[in-house]
Amino acid sequence: MAKLSANKVNLFYGDNHALKDVTLKMDANTVTAFIGPSGCGKSTFLRLFNRMNDLIPHVRIEGDIVVDGEDIYSKEVSVDLLRKNIGMVFQKPNPFPKSIFENVAYGMRVNGIRDKHYINERVETSLKQASLWTEVKDKLKKSAFELSGGQQQRLCIARALAIEPSVVLMDEPTSALDPLATHKIEELVFNLKADYTIVIVTHNMQQAARVSDKTAFFYLGELIEYDDTNNIFTKPREITTQNYITGRFG
Amino acid sequence: MDKAHKIIRQKKVSQGIAFSIFGIITSIVVLILCGILYFIFVRGWPAMSWKFLTSMPTNGMTDGGIYPAIIGTFCLIGGSMLFAFPIGVLSGIYLNEYLLDGKLKSFINMMTNNLAGVPSIVFGLFGMALFVNKLKFGDSILAGSLTLGLLALPVIIRTTEEALKSVDDAYRIASLALGASKLQTVRKVVLPIAFPNILTGLILSVGRVSGETAPILFTVAAYFLPRLPHSIYDQVMALPYHLYVICTSGTDIVASRKMAYGTALVLILIVLISNILAGIVRSYFTRKNKI
Amino acid sequence: MRRLRKIIEKIVEGVLAMSAAITSITVLLIIIFLFDEGLSIFSKKPVDDDTVIAVNSSNPVSKLTGLQIKDIFDQKITNWKQIGGKNDSIKLFRLDEAGTTFTEQQMGSNFERLAICVDSYVVRTPGVLLYFSSKYIPKDFHGKRIEIANITPYSFLMGKQWFPTAQPVAQLGVLPLILGTLWVTLGAILFALPFGLATAIFMAEIANHKVRNYLKPVVELLAGIPSVVYGFFGLIVIVPAVQKIFNLPVGESGLAGSIVLGIMALPTIITISEDALRTTPRALKEASLALGASHWQTIRRVIVPYASSGITAAIILGIGRAIGETMAVLMVTGNAAVIPHSYFEPLRTIPATIAAELGEAAYGGLHFKALFALGCILFIMTFIINLIFEFIAKKKKY
Repeated sequence: MAKLSANKVNLFYGDNHALKDVTLKMDANTVTAFIGPSGCGKSTFLRLFNRMNDLIPHVRIEGDIVVDGEDIYSKEVSVDLLRKNIGMVFQKPNPFPKSIFENVAYGMRVNGIRDKHYINERVETSLKQASLWTEVKDKLKKSAFELSGGQQQRLCIARALAIEPSVVLMDEPTSALDPLATHKIEELVFNLKADYTIVIVTHNMQQAARVSDKTAFFYLGELIEYDDTNNIFTKPREITTQNYITGRFG
Repeated sequence: MDKAHKIIRQKKVSQGIAFSIFGIITSIVVLILCGILYFIFVRGWPAMSWKFLTSMPTNGMTDGGIYPAIIGTFCLIGGSMLFAFPIGVLSGIYLNEYLLDGKLKSFINMMTNNLAGVPSIVFGLFGMALFVNKLKFGDSILAGSLTLGLLALPVIIRTTEEALKSVDDAYRIASLALGASKLQTVRKVVLPIAFPNILTGLILSVGRVSGETAPILFTVAAYFLPRLPHSIYDQVMALPYHLYVICTSGTDIVASRKMAYGTALVLILIVLISNILAGIVRSYFTRKNKI
Repeated sequence: MRRLRKIIEKIVEGVLAMSAAITSITVLLIIIFLFDEGLSIFSKKPVDDDTVIAVNSSNPVSKLTGLQIKDIFDQKITNWKQIGGKNDSIKLFRLDEAGTTFTEQQMGSNFERLAICVDSYVVRTPGVLLYFSSKYIPKDFHGKRIEIANITPYSFLMGKQWFPTAQPVAQLGVLPLILGTLWVTLGAILFALPFGLATAIFMAEIANHKVRNYLKPVVELLAGIPSVVYGFFGLIVIVPAVQKIFNLPVGESGLAGSIVLGIMALPTIITISEDALRTTPRALKEASLALGASHWQTIRRVIVPYASSGITAAIILGIGRAIGETMAVLMVTGNAAVIPHSYFEPLRTIPATIAAELGEAAYGGLHFKALFALGCILFIMTFIINLIFEFIAKKKKY
């Protein structure tokens, strides 16, 4: 059974038809990349899986989004619980104005975990998973804003991992970072695959080619093509896909 | 899983409690305001009449009208705006369009903010010392208007600055690129776009000035003067001071209650009308600019 | 032509610059006028210039403070021993006593010999304290004139009694007024802060767009209502309510003042806090929600901490407004110049004192100057508050 799936999803911002009949299935422990030009709906689609679009007024959603066999837009589903299970990393590093430790511990605290010992342990593990531990272990009490941009983004990844999600959604996580920091994050994504299902939205086609198993190409709110990453970049079926990856537009 | 659901429920409950408390408190705040308005409207309405608005107070200010106080307040509004509006707009323009960020600008900004924070009674003291005594204007419309004008100045400067700041730099660059001078750019491009917001600020400050009491206590306000002013060196009655007088130290406080309600209502109406007018100006120009 | 235009541009710029300088000039002028008049009380004595206070020449006491003289008049001090003199009871001698001490024959029908009588009375009475108009003091006076201590900043700020027109000596202690101001302000903020903050959070985060569009003008209107109308409302509604609920002899009290001021401080606190709450980046909110935090947890743990400096600034500005508020406080606090002990008693603030008394103070007199000195204190208080506000509002976000 697919870990994440969307069935005939349509999304409207007021009168604007932003996603058109998107159907897509993603398996557990894979990395899926969403590519496409700006405004093609890839981020909007990503944000359906943890219901972040709920925050925007005048949004209407049709179709089914299923996570672990459960329709996440049904009434019985708790949004908090869903979001706890599905971590998210954003475009720009967005640590809280708190200490490094408190940033990672935040997710556990808001989900009712009070056991200090457990929290300490999880913070350490998550920071290690995000390969940040050695850099910050002596300054956990320092403000997160003292870290560099790349470190902040890895802190945000650690923050997402700390509540043990099974899925990690990444919305252009390296767009605000320099090449070196980007490289570190990509390495991290590759390592995390073993334990998590990862969906990554990216502008950068090389990045998609480097890190993902499967790639979905979006254009004007439609899912144009979805296939193994290798196929998409070497022998795309659709002409639009080909134009995009060869850099004719975008 | 069970524990997780328990936590979810706890979170829901505490959110529900917190949000209801906020809702209740907000309602209380709204109720307080509406209570004040309702109270003054209901009690003040019976006092309202053409006669009340256009005749002199009689019988130790327990009867008659508030005509001289209304005229006095309008004189003060007019006088203070005549002084504060041009200066406020000009200095707003200078601060936003001419002066570059730096020590001088932050100094002027600091002084303007400080002036805005000076208590109104201190303005009263200052107006008395400078305009009434030093410059020998005496208790007069001139002294009162200048004092009130100084008080309104920071607000007008601020709103002008905000209005100018909201004009997109692209307009300025486009105008300068066409060879227009700075003055031409400001006059023909920037000011017309910012005009509605500046006007809104002016109207709102009229509302503010009309109700100020402390600054006029010792610079212009007359306790009882049932005639209209002849010149700017005359004293006048003014609505806010009149209200203060008839509800604290009039000849017969109980008998003049009705007059007091009516005066309070007129004061609130001036503020209300200026707020509504400002809203209309704002929405009129937004609609016009859209087309 | 081109030159002319350039000259015009320069002239306009000059006019603009002059306009921009007016606020700074005004602040400076306020400082000059206020402090020039206000500080001059410190070279003054708290008695009228034509009053002579004197003792027998054998009396070792040569200096008295205003408060000591008042206590002698009130018979709280009755022996010279209490104020550093010999063990002898104090015999106060004023104009009133002259009529009972001397016969009309001694004084002369037009009091032409009164000065001589006074002189001889002082000489023969070792315990005398003479308090007399200088025109009845002979040129070759044989008593010893007492030096009255000047008003000092300490006695002015720390003095516990404010009776500026009292006889024999004006009591110019502003401590009760300062404390009264602080009490009312504190009460107002204690009332306005929870209400204002809760309303700001409700408007910024909880209320939907439509509700907010109704609330916003309501708050703006609340800010625009003249303070004298609040005072009137307080006088008619809140004062009697306070009196009834707490069963007080009078309703005019610190509590009534705090409530009225609190209502008046609400719009400031609501508007500035709401703006601060709204500046929280959406990314932070989303990050919190994406971790499974509820909306309330996000408000409490992320949004409010992020906006905390803005909220602090709102409180400080609210305090500044409350300290300087005049008319409403004047109308509802009862204006008793005593050191406040409870919110249920009348008290009096600095602005209310100025407003109530300046009209009666003789121009240029001691009382007049003292009121300007009060204005100085008020100005300094609000000036400091403004500086703190600017400092906090400008502080960089992390």
